[in-house]
Amino acid sequence: MIVADKKPIEEIIETTRNFKRLLILGCNECVTVCEAGGKKEVGILASALRMNALNQGREVKIDEITLERQCDHEYLEEIRNVVDQYDGILSIACGVGVQFTAEKYQATPVLPGVNTKFMGATEKRGLWVERCQGCGQCILATTGGICPVSRCAKRLFNGPCGGSGNGKCEISKEVDCAWQLIIDRMKALGTLEDYEKLSPIKDWSTDRAGGPRKVVREDVQL
Amino acid sequence: MRLNYPTNVKIIRVPCTGKVDTIHILRAFEKGADGVCVIGCMEGDCHYNSGNFRARKRVEQASHLLEQIGIGGERVKMFNLSSGEGPRFAQYAVEMTERVTALGPNPIKLARKRAAA
Repeated sequence: MIVADKKPIEEIIETTRNFKRLLILGCNECVTVCEAGGKKEVGILASALRMNALNQGREVKIDEITLERQCDHEYLEEIRNVVDQYDGILSIACGVGVQFTAEKYQATPVLPGVNTKFMGATEKRGLWVERCQGCGQCILATTGGICPVSRCAKRLFNGPCGGSGNGKCEISKEVDCAWQLIIDRMKALGTLEDYEKLSPIKDWSTDRAGGPRKVVREDVQL
Repeated sequence: MRLNYPTNVKIIRVPCTGKVDTIHILRAFEKGADGVCVIGCMEGDCHYNSGNFRARKRVEQASHLLEQIGIGGERVKMFNLSSGEGPRFAQYAVEMTERVTALGPNPIKLARKRAAA
């Protein structure tokens, strides 16, 4: 899923200060799971902003809506009839949701309420970790199911480097050396002979280096 | 036992403090409560294992948020006792009332009055 983290309330108060009618727009997908932008967080943020405004003598109308997703036209259409009632929308979906909402409703400012971090997994409640950088050319089949693009600080394809010590990366004692993990996993799988094969130079044009990307699937387009 | 505790304490019963969410605490302040205390079972004694730990985290979240929006984080507090400790309940009610009285009224209540005037 896409992992996001809450923005500090001070920052949100500052960016929404001039809005008299504000819609807080949540998303039922990834940001709900990482407890940053779901229905619960919409309610908490709306209550806090209402109290803050009242306390400062400002009169504001703050409404709460949480859509199934903000990255699909059909769900975003659900607010078409109400969007005119607001001076601004505070979207607490990921950056994709914020942008898609802004693209759809050109006349209304759409602000981000979370910081979108990465694609990751829930290691345990309250701990989300990066697992994929969407490089566009998955090589997990040859690395024991552990991704050196997202988990190695240097994105090495023939690791480890000299900075690997006691299974940790030189950038921090808390970061596992991805290549140590890969070797350990290959040992467990009995495929260590594959480790000896050199990986060819990666074509990074499918990563961000090739500019904004898109997937075109004519077989499913109507 | 016939213990007395301050009459301005209003009780909202929940099956477990794990039911109390951050939004419930915030709504209480939005509606004008001067303080909120969440009283749960002793830590380690939760019938549902972790209900009171969840409540403690949510109280901390609410407290942090209330501090940042100028209502005051000290207006919310979590206490623990066992179900047989009536005198301790009364003691916590007195303690919370004294704490909130010292802090004064909820600024939201005052702001609403000003807005209505």
